[in-house]
Amino acid sequence: MALAVEQLACIRGERQLFSDLTFRLAPGEALLLHGPNGSGKSSLLRLLTGFLPPAAGRVLWDGVPALEDAEVHRDRLQYLGHQDAVKSQLGTGDNLLFWARLYGLDPVAAVKEVDAALEAAGLQRQRDLPGRYLSAGQKRRLALARLLLKPAALWLLDEPTNALDTAAVAWLGELLAAHRAKGGMIILASHVDVPLKDARRLDLPEGVLT
Amino acid sequence: MSAFLAIVARDLRLGFGAQGAMLTTLLFFVLAVSLFPLGVGPEPQILARIAAGVIWVAALLAAMLSLDRLFQTDQEDGTLDLLAQAPLPLGLVALAKTLAHWLTTGLPLSLIAPLLAILLQMEADAIPVLLAALLLGTPSLSLIGAIGAALTLGAKRGAVLVPLLTLPLVIPVLIFGVGAVEAAAYGLSAGPHLLLLGAFLAGALALSPFAIAAAVRLALE
Repeated sequence: MALAVEQLACIRGERQLFSDLTFRLAPGEALLLHGPNGSGKSSLLRLLTGFLPPAAGRVLWDGVPALEDAEVHRDRLQYLGHQDAVKSQLGTGDNLLFWARLYGLDPVAAVKEVDAALEAAGLQRQRDLPGRYLSAGQKRRLALARLLLKPAALWLLDEPTNALDTAAVAWLGELLAAHRAKGGMIILASHVDVPLKDARRLDLPEGVLT
Repeated sequence: MSAFLAIVARDLRLGFGAQGAMLTTLLFFVLAVSLFPLGVGPEPQILARIAAGVIWVAALLAAMLSLDRLFQTDQEDGTLDLLAQAPLPLGLVALAKTLAHWLTTGLPLSLIAPLLAILLQMEADAIPVLLAALLLGTPSLSLIGAIGAALTLGAKRGAVLVPLLTLPLVIPVLIFGVGAVEAAAYGLSAGPHLLLLGAFLAGALALSPFAIAAAVRLALE
């Protein structure tokens, strides 16, 4: 189980964001994406999910091209974008319950998993509160709690610390560490410091790996 | 299957809610049809003559009303990205959302149509045929409409664009839907018209999930 990116290039709106990007990621490893606004961090993440076709290069999973078989590839990863995907009309618990059912958990297991995820995110008291009454930070925590509902080898996180308070950032650090301890991989784009130990760093758009 | 049902159940909850599609669709449908007796006068012969056409056109327009929001709300809050990553093909995600759309718009609209038909002095024999024709025809409207909704994702004027794209494509539904009711009103068999509506639905059911999935995938880029 390993991800390899070879000479990847991305073009958005006739502008080349990055090219010749090459890196590998082994189980337990994490990669931090750095770079100014518009350097292609989000685009790289969307490219790795398969939403965006690469302009050139390949994404390999265990040496096999990964993006061709979308149905296999999507089960390997969890994507967290800028938006929290919280439905304002549904309660906090129901929001999570929907994702649990979508990821194929049976009703009993889903309720149990949702309970555990709500507790981990510190949102039990908001369980019945409709999404529209949650603060931006609480919505972000709810979005992060979703990561617990589906086991996936690769987490692709776009600015996961947005709107989080220091306690929640610490919780995020625990989540990331626990995922890596189980052999998971993480690619994370962020402007601010994220509690991520011994992560490699990829500077965009030059593609310098350190 | 659990994923498919989860999407249907969620969209039904959202659709029946206060900001949902069902209430506005039904109110628009009832209001639009009841304007005709006021506009053309209360003569029973005239109303009976135009009843089938009025109900079908109003149903067509009412079904268009909430279509532009079908995928847009999910795109705006980021849900669409995650639905595309769900453990079922995007075509089935689209089908689940379209089914929920029909259950909250087409179905209640079909069920209330017989009452409006009585208001418009429709022949009693034709009313069951109207119900059958609407039940066969409105799913096609949701399916074809969902293609338009997916194609206009990200467009600023989706609410206007969806009917412009979709209405020309659903003209066969209108023609055979009205044809079935009029045939029954004149004492002829409505069977052929209903069969054609069924054939159109079968075609739409088989093809539109692929078209919707392709259009949604474009919007995800």
